[in-house]
Amino acid sequence: MDDLEKKPGFLTGGKVTRREVLKTGVIAAAGLTVLPAVIAACGGSSATPAPAVKVGSNHSDASELSGMQAIDAAFATATGVTPTLNTVDHDTFQDQINNYLGGTPDDVFTWFSGFRMRFFASKGLATAIDDVWSQAGVSSNFTAGFTGSVTGNDNHIYGIPVDYYPWCVFYRKSVWAAKNYQIPADWTSFLALCKQMQTDGLTPIAFSDKDGWPAMGTFDILDLRLNGYDYHVNLMTGANGVKWTDAQVTKVFQTWAQIVPFYTNGYAGLTWQQACDTLVQKTSGMFFLGLFMTGEVATVDSTAVDDIDFFPWPNMGASYDAEKALDAPIDIWMMSANSKTLQQNMATAQQYLAFWAKGTTQVLMYKANNGFIPTASDADTSVYDVLTQKAVTIVSSANKITQFMDRDSRPDFAGANGMQSFLLTFLNAPTADTTQLQGQIQAFWDALPAYNATPNGTFNPVPATPTPAAS
Amino acid sequence: MSEMEPQALAPAPANTAGAGVPSSRKRRRHYSVLTARDKLLLALMVGIPLAVFVILIWAMTLVSIVWSFTDWQGFGPLHFVGLQEYQYLFTGYPSFWPALSHNLLWLLFFVCIATPIGIFLAVLLDRPLRGSRIYQSIFFTPVVLSLAVVGFIWELQYSPIAGHGFIDSALAATGLVNAANTPDWLGDRSINIWAVLVAASWRHIGYIMILYLAGLKSVDPSLREAAAIDGASESQTFFHVVFPVMAPINVVIVVVTVIESLRAFDIVYIINHGKNGLELLSTLITNNSISEASLIGFGSAIAVVLLVISLVPIVLYLTRVMRTEEQ
Repeated sequence: MDDLEKKPGFLTGGKVTRREVLKTGVIAAAGLTVLPAVIAACGGSSATPAPAVKVGSNHSDASELSGMQAIDAAFATATGVTPTLNTVDHDTFQDQINNYLGGTPDDVFTWFSGFRMRFFASKGLATAIDDVWSQAGVSSNFTAGFTGSVTGNDNHIYGIPVDYYPWCVFYRKSVWAAKNYQIPADWTSFLALCKQMQTDGLTPIAFSDKDGWPAMGTFDILDLRLNGYDYHVNLMTGANGVKWTDAQVTKVFQTWAQIVPFYTNGYAGLTWQQACDTLVQKTSGMFFLGLFMTGEVATVDSTAVDDIDFFPWPNMGASYDAEKALDAPIDIWMMSANSKTLQQNMATAQQYLAFWAKGTTQVLMYKANNGFIPTASDADTSVYDVLTQKAVTIVSSANKITQFMDRDSRPDFAGANGMQSFLLTFLNAPTADTTQLQGQIQAFWDALPAYNATPNGTFNPVPATPTPAAS
Repeated sequence: MSEMEPQALAPAPANTAGAGVPSSRKRRRHYSVLTARDKLLLALMVGIPLAVFVILIWAMTLVSIVWSFTDWQGFGPLHFVGLQEYQYLFTGYPSFWPALSHNLLWLLFFVCIATPIGIFLAVLLDRPLRGSRIYQSIFFTPVVLSLAVVGFIWELQYSPIAGHGFIDSALAATGLVNAANTPDWLGDRSINIWAVLVAASWRHIGYIMILYLAGLKSVDPSLREAAAIDGASESQTFFHVVFPVMAPINVVIVVVTVIESLRAFDIVYIINHGKNGLELLSTLITNNSISEASLIGFGSAIAVVLLVISLVPIVLYLTRVMRTEEQ
């Protein structure tokens, strides 16, 4: 344990390759298989094992990892138990979630709220944590919206919401001041601004889609604002006869096509970090992403963070503008079901989850990376910077909130050769007729095996509408 | 190398074990050639590898085939759906035909371009050449690197960001391409498969070169001398004398090339998980069954298609090997 803490750079030294992560995983797995045998061999005399908790984390970025270490240190101070931290590269963690949860997971782990939590909870891969939730000061620390986002199909609680971040349009104040750009209130002025930026030699919208998921954010916001929250949720879950072949979806693609010419050249080969860098380097004018992008800005140029500002997606002129709906994904901590050590570590694992429900804990992560806004009502909002305060205001003024396409829909639908590929196909020829593409998307949805999570066999997640505590 | 390969592939363990029986025992015990201990040993030596082989290869293959007729998601009972997964795969799934054609393109590119270049390099480096070993090391280095590292290296080479990617920077600096509109090697779906093939070949060429070079070293020099005395030119000597003598190595080269093409995966997965023009059957399987998606039935159907494709070269190779054995 001490050795691990002395070498925090092992998994964090800048870029970590997938291979390295896998290798670490294999070594860790080998270690885990050997360890119980060793313990069993040494045991016999001592009856009760020392309290411990194994923590699986996807916070692999340097800033997030330092936040995790600060939190685990605080937990050790408070309880005397040092958690065993197992950090896995963020995307790898997601790809391997099935094997991880079905195999030998850690006692508690990081995950996402909403449908993506219910999906694994309904498969019996997570343990309900109602007893943690009912502890003094836990449930009362979250608004009804947050509570809804961690409630499973069986009405049990499966997670502790710990942070969230809205998706907004980011820009550099200095660039906009120099060119005298104004925040566009509606779609027409947004398009006009893009044209102006192009004339001024800027890439109007920094965009990247090598990762596959950034494009989903744009689809979400356009669908929410053009067709409304209810339609979007039905589309994501295939409920109430809503289909991808609908004219509403065609309209989203047609509207989207208007801004694709303003995207970064070669976006399909760029990661979101590379697109973000063009904003920092002042070669692009705007960037639509989650608030966590400020972490990348700070990594590239710490002085640029104070120069970053943002505004919510412009009004589209449809009646749904009033909903002010937006994506604001919530991150949560969950308890696994298959962990070999869970029964023995149960008390500490519950303590650990309850510890995350405190504002003081969540603020430690916030201090490490300003992209993660605490969800706890008792979080000390005086430490929030200007951007965070603004984000909190935007999210609290939104009447409807969604998670994100890959959190609101089935994971097998949103994958690399599913929706990610379909959206890339659209972006490749945005002005082409999308009838065939929409037919393919619907056919893909229809071909997916029946989803039998809910008792009546219907696919019907209950999306949360959190109203986070405004400062 | 040429001696070892066929042996390793032939079902040899039984013979090897039999050869290990001391001849003195034959004289002492006339009733049976083998003692009970020998029989047990033999059974273990044949049985264990056989069990491993059956469990890890045949059982797994059969399980995959069974899964491909279900819509299993990794949990709960199997639900058989007949040929439904295949039907959607062939008629509805937009990523399938691109993936299949990319796999075949990969095979074609390796067979027609990368492998011949590797052989050519081996022939060149086989000549008495100053610093031959240095060249060999240089060409062989990519083979030592993991494909994940190769993917990372080429990602940097191909990066379209000004000042990041060597290739685009070089193109812009020489004025061949407008600096504002450099090719997006890995993102543009009309060219990215070719860019990846170049990167994969960079590694494959070194592999073939070292295999072939080892074979060339074992060719009897007197054959070349005889050819030279008969007045054969360099190329005539190679094509009419050396190449036929190298037949066992040539088979190995073909097998290695086919295997490398069909199992292509790492480099594409590192670049973008195999989407946007870089679809491969192997990445489709991973993305659909091993990732968060967990469509194990559907992924198995794709795996069965890849298995059937792989059977073609395997059957061709085996019939060839068996024919030579009969002779």
